[in-house]
Amino acid sequence: MAWVWFHRFGSPPHFYRLARRLTPWFGWPALILCLAGLIGGLGLAPRDYQQGEGFRIIYVHAPAAWLSLMVYVVMATSAAVGLIWRINVGHAVAASCAPIGASFTVLALATGMLYGRPMWGTYWEWDPRLTSELLLLFLYLGYMALRSAIDDVARADRASAVLAIVGVVDVPIIHYSVIWWNSLHQAPTVMKFGRPSMPASMLVPLLLMLAGFTFYFAALLLTRARGEILRRERNAHWIAAALEES
Amino acid sequence: MGGYAVYVWPSYGLTAAVVGLNIFWARRSLRGAQRDARRRLAALKLAAAS
Repeated sequence: MAWVWFHRFGSPPHFYRLARRLTPWFGWPALILCLAGLIGGLGLAPRDYQQGEGFRIIYVHAPAAWLSLMVYVVMATSAAVGLIWRINVGHAVAASCAPIGASFTVLALATGMLYGRPMWGTYWEWDPRLTSELLLLFLYLGYMALRSAIDDVARADRASAVLAIVGVVDVPIIHYSVIWWNSLHQAPTVMKFGRPSMPASMLVPLLLMLAGFTFYFAALLLTRARGEILRRERNAHWIAAALEES
Repeated sequence: MGGYAVYVWPSYGLTAAVVGLNIFWARRSLRGAQRDARRRLAALKLAAAS
């Protein structure tokens, strides 16, 4: 009985309709949270005593980095669900995650470079955090390349799922790299045991942006996954009714 | 921005671009899939009728 909801969630028509209904419930809160975070981060948070106004890059850099990691975990988890339980919706979700995660990894790297230049004096350093984040980008690109290189969808699903699952080891490496090794990058200020290292006036806008980006990803994922499911289901009988509801 | 504007504003601009492009790509992908599905269903109906 406990597994009924799990397999129901894996039913393509059920997931498609649920995704259509849930998308605005994630999209609008994302907009409100991000606007509130931007007002707080750009207008209300005081300047940092060391980094001056340059620290305000954190309000876009940290959420981008957070998404790059979280999206990979979602991608690997849903790929594992697809591989283990043979639930195709899992593979559809994983395939939908990849372009989103790749773009936010690029954004995290780019904003990180713009943050690093004034703070460290360099756009790039082969630092453990930066290097492992770059590796994450290669994992995303490799996943998408592998999928597109195999014509048979089922084989592409299985091969890319294995890559996604193996690559997830990079996620804790990225997070703990600043603790395990000497790194230019600052240590965690929020995602750590103990109290955050930021004052509330700086922390609250950051948390709002993190939440806003998370909701935004959920809305995007549900939109992309619907298209992915339609492409996979092709001539299934439920599609005609679902398209009329759209 | 205390001399940091050349770093801060491009960061926000890049973020806005990535956020906007992702919304555009996701909606285009869904609309394309819906359009293809409607075409396939129409072709199937035609084949069944003839």
